[in-house]
Amino acid sequence: MRGLQGASGAVVVVGAGLAGLRAATALRERGFGGRITLVGEEPRLPYDRPALSKDLLTGRRTEAENALPLPPDLDARWLLGRTAVGLDRTARRLALDDGSVLDYDGLVIASGASAAPWPGPGSPPAAGTHLLRSLQDARGLLLALGHGVPLLVVGGGFLGGEVATAARTLGVAVTQVHRAPLPLARAAGPVVGGFVAGARALAGVDARPGAAVEGFLGGRVMEGAVLSDGTRVAAGAAVLALGARAATAWLRGSGLRSAPDGSRAVVCDHRRRPLADDGAPVDGIVAVGDAAASPHPYSGDGVPAHLALGHWSEAVDHADTAAATLLGQESGTETAVPSFWSDQFGLRLRSVGLPRLADRTEVHDHDAARGRLEVSFHRGDRLVGALTANRTSRLAAYRDRLREDWSGLDRVDAHHR
Amino acid sequence: MRVRVDRASCENHGQCVFAAPGVFSFDDDEELLYEEAPGPGQGEAVARAVRSCPVRAITVEGGRG
Repeated sequence: MRGLQGASGAVVVVGAGLAGLRAATALRERGFGGRITLVGEEPRLPYDRPALSKDLLTGRRTEAENALPLPPDLDARWLLGRTAVGLDRTARRLALDDGSVLDYDGLVIASGASAAPWPGPGSPPAAGTHLLRSLQDARGLLLALGHGVPLLVVGGGFLGGEVATAARTLGVAVTQVHRAPLPLARAAGPVVGGFVAGARALAGVDARPGAAVEGFLGGRVMEGAVLSDGTRVAAGAAVLALGARAATAWLRGSGLRSAPDGSRAVVCDHRRRPLADDGAPVDGIVAVGDAAASPHPYSGDGVPAHLALGHWSEAVDHADTAAATLLGQESGTETAVPSFWSDQFGLRLRSVGLPRLADRTEVHDHDAARGRLEVSFHRGDRLVGALTANRTSRLAAYRDRLREDWSGLDRVDAHHR
Repeated sequence: MRVRVDRASCENHGQCVFAAPGVFSFDDDEELLYEEAPGPGQGEAVARAVRSCPVRAITVEGGRG
């Protein structure tokens, strides 16, 4: 097999965001001395994406401050503003949108995700409608917020809440619409949703839970929306925060399995190797970050064996394992437990595990006046996650308990090797 | 090895406490406490903490040893 034995060869990383950068960094830290090429769709070096919906929108952080530092010894070639369009696994060859071709010995799938577009009904006016995923998106939204026009946020997930928070911080009037009766319902359940809804009301957001956008107002320029409850919302700008899906169109036809959850992410094993259509792990390729769906300890009973989480921590936690796998080395012993965070409406929400899988939430601290919350999430008799608001100190104990489950994944995967 | 946390950047993500519990911890008022000069045995855990801090608030001076 042609591979990355020792320190030579060529690695191509598709994706120049956090996941790609961290994977490339880990390859160097593990002694890889060959060529590393990173292909990035956006015409810029890696930057910190979470800040796009928070400090960058409020002006607390500048674009320059938002660049991710590059290790001085990374020695990488950057192909920016270029998109991967096709993969030939047998020939180990990647095709780019400009017609060029890159041969590789090792490939890192780190192409991330893109914002879900408006699914209908109708189509929103071209001017004043915003998605938020890239720095370019954030610049557009920043301009709109600067004009002070009323903002319509569509979506009740983390991104929607963060954008609403930033807009309120700037004194912009905000209406937030979402279908579920509570925000964050899918990700964190009704207890957390109710707690956040309370903080949102205090922040002065005009919330319209349980409603859908039936259509937008305005011809070419956004003027607002008509909701399913028959009301009209006036707005000069709208943010569609409807989730993300993996940017994996370039892998179509390559024979790699994609997640059954609609995320379009590449299914991979514990060592970050993607699975082929027949379920066998593929050598010479690893998948990291938002483009990857990873195994977890709670599959079965209606829960798919692989989940695309899209957390920042995934990109960081999996980099070293991915590098070790590509280089044929033993990976480290540190167990990664998923974690995510969101700062919204004065609440520092911090979470570990997989709250989305819970069928039951236990409340340990619920103090709306101080903005403090501590809940644990359970599925059957198992602990599957925990979340705190302004109470991070309580999280480590839950993480320690979850580690046992996650370290067992090593053994689950063992039969694939 | 000297560890420093930029308090202005820190947002209590707690990732450093997960990565290096022997160096970083929280008190009951959610204040981050940390060893400014941890022992050589903590080098790898501190490096993990630096890597996992979402706001890059942790800096380390001097060798790992």
